Amino acid sequence: MSDSPFPFGPIPVLQGRVVVVSGDDIDTDRIIPARYLKCVTFEGLAQGAFADDRLELEGSHPFDRPEHQGASILVVNRNFGCGSSREHAPQALMRWGIRAVVGESFAEIFFGNCLALGIPCLSGDHATILALQQAALCEPDSHFSLDLATAEIHSQSPGAAAESTQRWSLELAAGPRQMLLSGQWNATGQLLSHDEELLRTAARLPYMASFTSV
Amino acid sequence: MGLEGTVSAGTLYDKVWDMHRVAELPGGSTQLFIGLHLIHEVTSPQAFAALKELGLGVRHPERTVATVDHIVPTTSQVRPFADSLAEEMLSTLEGNCAEHGITLHGLGSGRQGIVHVIAPELGLSQPGMTVACGDSHTSTHGAFGAIAFGIGTSQVRDVLASQSLAMNKLKVRRILVEGRLQPGVFAKDLILHVIRSLGVKGGVGYAYEFAGSCIDALSMEERMTLCNMAIEGGARCGYVNPDATTFAYIKGRPFAPEGMAWDQAVSWWSSLASGPDAVFDDEVRFDAGTIAPTVTWGITPGQGIGVDETVPTPEQMAAEERPIAEEAYRYMDLAPGTPILGLPVDVCFIGSCTNGRLSDLRAAAAVARGRQVAAGIKAFVVPGSEQVAALARAEGLDRLFQEAGFEWREPGCSMCLAMNPDRLEGRQISASSSNRNFKGRQGSASGRTLLMSPAMVAAAAVTGHVSDVRELLENLCVFASAPAETRPVAMSPSLLP
Repeated sequence: MSDSPFPFGPIPVLQGRVVVVSGDDIDTDRIIPARYLKCVTFEGLAQGAFADDRLELEGSHPFDRPEHQGASILVVNRNFGCGSSREHAPQALMRWGIRAVVGESFAEIFFGNCLALGIPCLSGDHATILALQQAALCEPDSHFSLDLATAEIHSQSPGAAAESTQRWSLELAAGPRQMLLSGQWNATGQLLSHDEELLRTAARLPYMASFTSV
Repeated sequence: MGLEGTVSAGTLYDKVWDMHRVAELPGGSTQLFIGLHLIHEVTSPQAFAALKELGLGVRHPERTVATVDHIVPTTSQVRPFADSLAEEMLSTLEGNCAEHGITLHGLGSGRQGIVHVIAPELGLSQPGMTVACGDSHTSTHGAFGAIAFGIGTSQVRDVLASQSLAMNKLKVRRILVEGRLQPGVFAKDLILHVIRSLGVKGGVGYAYEFAGSCIDALSMEERMTLCNMAIEGGARCGYVNPDATTFAYIKGRPFAPEGMAWDQAVSWWSSLASGPDAVFDDEVRFDAGTIAPTVTWGITPGQGIGVDETVPTPEQMAAEERPIAEEAYRYMDLAPGTPILGLPVDVCFIGSCTNGRLSDLRAAAAVARGRQVAAGIKAFVVPGSEQVAALARAEGLDRLFQEAGFEWREPGCSMCLAMNPDRLEGRQISASSSNRNFKGRQGSASGRTLLMSPAMVAAAAVTGHVSDVRELLENLCVFASAPAETRPVAMSPSLLP
């Protein structure tokens, strides 16, 4: 598991090794089964990450394999994080050490939950993601660098010449990208800075006055 | 009424979005005002802790409503709970609500229940509102013509602190359903059919507007079932335009407007429906009359088939669906080509925010009446709320179910996600009226779930295997018309606000 602190401030580049969890439609019940939600803090959730899948695979799940310990970039396939809105899912991944997720597509609530924690979710087309997964599986020691400004990930095999670097283009919408690059991915401050606008909005909603203002 | 923004054109989604827009945020998202914030014990404790850490209070405690549902036992609800973690979660919620002046509809209040059951029955969920809750099935409240969506805990913190959220606008897909559902076919079958057709990721990036003659004829409880599972199709919200059915349901409920305010409310609500000028980003049509009782065979809610169909073969599906189908064959231990009809089950669960309302219990009771749960089957009924339980008892449904061999339980989320003691054991297979058949969902890492309507669950309970409910109902015309709407008759005067 990663010793690096939780995301904080601007996030221009993320570096580390890759762990691949393949499969479409991996739901948040699989990312963290409901029994791990019985808690009043997010501490200790790392052990719940993919708990049932890991149990089933008896040590051969990517999160249990020795070569992936310390990996910080998770590469997945389509519709990752569908189902329950539980933020415990990205919390468990983050506490295991994940700092970025790259995949073909993400469920919306999961994407938003990750963003709120400073964990970028970047997407790539089917061929790109398969190639990236293949590269990471062939050389699990490879070091990857994910550049949020260019939405590009590149690999550097240990001891290999610079020209052996492989690059893949990914996508991240301008909004989330700007939020992560500027360190403003935590929305609370922004939301609290529009007090007048908030009062104006509330004033034009008839239900806020119990439908009594004419 | 001279209300700003009430005459804007477009879809209901556009109108409600525009009226709730507070500001455009630097990242390109929109700050959206939240009209109703529902909280529960699972996704709120960390949000309150974060507030405390930031030195912030709750901006609109009067627009925040709490209940306890996920972790409550359904046998004995005596405090303290036997499960100390569950007890800690509830007492934390109680402490947070007391500290911040938030109303908690707790156990024994007469109003406790699954958050998506109680907010509608209390009249809190209303057309034109934005509704947020740290639960993906918040889409349920879209049945009222609200824009309602699930959020994570960081967003719960943001709504508590600011009564608003940073959101990105969705596209709108109109799902037009024409015709009538056949007898024995319910809203649950309709939504399982929609998800089967459009896929579990087909709705990502969209809000689903359900419209057409079939939807117009649905009761509010049926519309709630429909919108509840929009998220299972990937759509973060689903909604139905408010109409006379909506208004009739809300009228007289504890938090409904009254007198002059009622007329004002109906006038405003009516102005919100998608107009003839509304432009949709996409439109899909379904013929209600062709839909059969639908059952899931796999591990996603999109893996559904008509009860008279067989488990699809890889050749019958798109190439991209094959890997997860292969996984489902293995996990479910079902070979391609196997008929779903006749598949033996172990546990039958009637309840959840999808199908735990009075009309659901009535539909199941119509099948259970005069029959017996088959030998070796564990069958239980968990009403969605204390109010549903009271109304059902007043009709004698509790006795009817018990005489048929079902267990009658206390309200809560129960075995939908098994955060309480109700769960599958080992490789047990359940017939379940809930919303998710994910691997491990019902509390056993190898447990298996078949999603279906409450009437179909009752049919499975009395036969011991997946059955076609249409063959068990002599008098199918019971279901030919929408069941009478649940009225809040059991509310005692002392419970009124």
